Amino acid sequence: MTTLTFTLIAPPAQRVDMSPLVCQNLEGLDLDTIAAIELQCGKRKLRVDQLFYINGSNTQDILIADSTDKLDFIGKELNGGSISVQGNAGAYLGMQMKAGTINVSGDAGLYAACEMKNGLIQIEGDAGDFLGGALPGNRQGMKGGTVLVKGNVGQRAGDHMRRGQILIEGNAGDYCGSRMVAGTIAVMGTVGRYAGYAMRRGTLLLWNQPQLSATFNDCGSHTLAFLPMFFASFKSLNSKFADTSAAFNRVRRYGGDMAETGRGEILVRI
Amino acid sequence: MIINGVTIDKTFAEAFPMKATRAIITAHNEKWAMISAQAMTGFATSVIACGCEAGIERVLSPEETPDGRPGVAIMIYAMGGKGLAKQLETRAGQCVLTSPTSALFAGIEGGKPIPLGKNLRYFGDGFQISKKIGGKRYWRVPVMDGEFLTEATTGMVDAVGGGNFLVLAESQPQALAACEAAIEEMKKIPNVIMPFPGGVVRSGSKVGSKYKALGASTNDAFCPTLKGVTKTDLSPEIESVMEIVIDGLTKEDIDKAMRVGIQAVCDLGAANGIKRISAGNYGGKLGPFHFHLQEIMA
Repeated sequence: MTTLTFTLIAPPAQRVDMSPLVCQNLEGLDLDTIAAIELQCGKRKLRVDQLFYINGSNTQDILIADSTDKLDFIGKELNGGSISVQGNAGAYLGMQMKAGTINVSGDAGLYAACEMKNGLIQIEGDAGDFLGGALPGNRQGMKGGTVLVKGNVGQRAGDHMRRGQILIEGNAGDYCGSRMVAGTIAVMGTVGRYAGYAMRRGTLLLWNQPQLSATFNDCGSHTLAFLPMFFASFKSLNSKFADTSAAFNRVRRYGGDMAETGRGEILVRI
Repeated sequence: MIINGVTIDKTFAEAFPMKATRAIITAHNEKWAMISAQAMTGFATSVIACGCEAGIERVLSPEETPDGRPGVAIMIYAMGGKGLAKQLETRAGQCVLTSPTSALFAGIEGGKPIPLGKNLRYFGDGFQISKKIGGKRYWRVPVMDGEFLTEATTGMVDAVGGGNFLVLAESQPQALAACEAAIEEMKKIPNVIMPFPGGVVRSGSKVGSKYKALGASTNDAFCPTLKGVTKTDLSPEIESVMEIVIDGLTKEDIDKAMRVGIQAVCDLGAANGIKRISAGNYGGKLGPFHFHLQEIMA
């Protein structure tokens, strides 16, 4: 069986809701049926074959070729299988994803991995604001799984994050880990202002000293036993995080946000 | 059957079903991992009075442990799951949580999960931190020397307890030397522990007693000083009997341990005063697992 490939015929003028094209929805469908699925495009509904050339047969291995940042909701509620995006992905990539893998060769838009429950999302380029966050009005962001971003991410990464891990090889914007409930965000680059703003629990693991808010208190330097195990669990990733030289266990620990419960922590490599 | 002058009795050891788990204790170095492991497995010789039978299975190299530090694998056996979980938690709390630099991990994958650090985390008084790494939940409990890292659960499996054999010798030092040799070899077998002090039991017991309060009492048939006053099972030249008790994850594990142990005893042979190998046999009423000595040594 060959990869089920959707190749964009032309860049769409309006944003496209790609949520119907996930592995579990397409399982057992033939190409004609898949071609007849309607996707919301702006205020219109378009058949899949009006937007994409379709070939291949493996509905559990999907490729979206020549993708643009107008394609939203790719991999929404994905529950197994894999989706590869050749190019950029729009907003809400892997939203509420339950299992499986999503790979994006370019950038991802706002709210990537928001409210994700499990699985693996890898983004080769950058990701927008609210990576792994909660939808507006909701109280729980990412609840599990792993997100790897090789580029930079926008503001509010991990907003309301509850579980799982966000790994960022590049830089993160302001309010990284804001309102975190738990989980881990690791940033190899720099983070903007207000890191960990209103975090209740959870861990921000940083390679570079951030400019911290007054509501984070210095807990001193420590050697933490869980860190080598944490890094060891990334061995299978195609990432700098898998590199043994990236691992460390000596950190400076800052507790906070003391304006919240103060049970969160920002760990900075020393 | 006679091996190197040692008579192997045509009898069998009786064993019974137990529940078992394994935990891995790591520490800054092997010395402290061993100290913690010894404390955790202390006073755990027999379920009769200790609530569990526990022992050190083996020392683990840093490459074999989850956190890459020197470690020790310990096993705990109990008659039921509830008792096992209680003993594991109590002992982990008193002997590993408190021990400098220690960390505690699951040693059995699969089986029914039972709490390892799941409830010990409350020692953190709200400052404890949960981390899920590689699909497993760990707890980081702040303690005075840093952090106590523990896995939330470990696996509980069905197991076999009470495998045994008796070493009958012409003198006490000879019996002891033979048992030491046996234990040395048996320690190399995985999935078994010999829970008694040093692996050797001098007070083999029979079921029942003349005192109503006691469920077990001295095995007078094998007490050399009672040869003339009780229905003895000893010949005149036997002056000392010692027992080795084995708990294992499976019957086959105990088979292997008994085989190498008895062989080590027999290697010393009659020339070193070892006369007979027998076993704790209670007429087949104690448990469903029977370890026939001659079959094991065949």
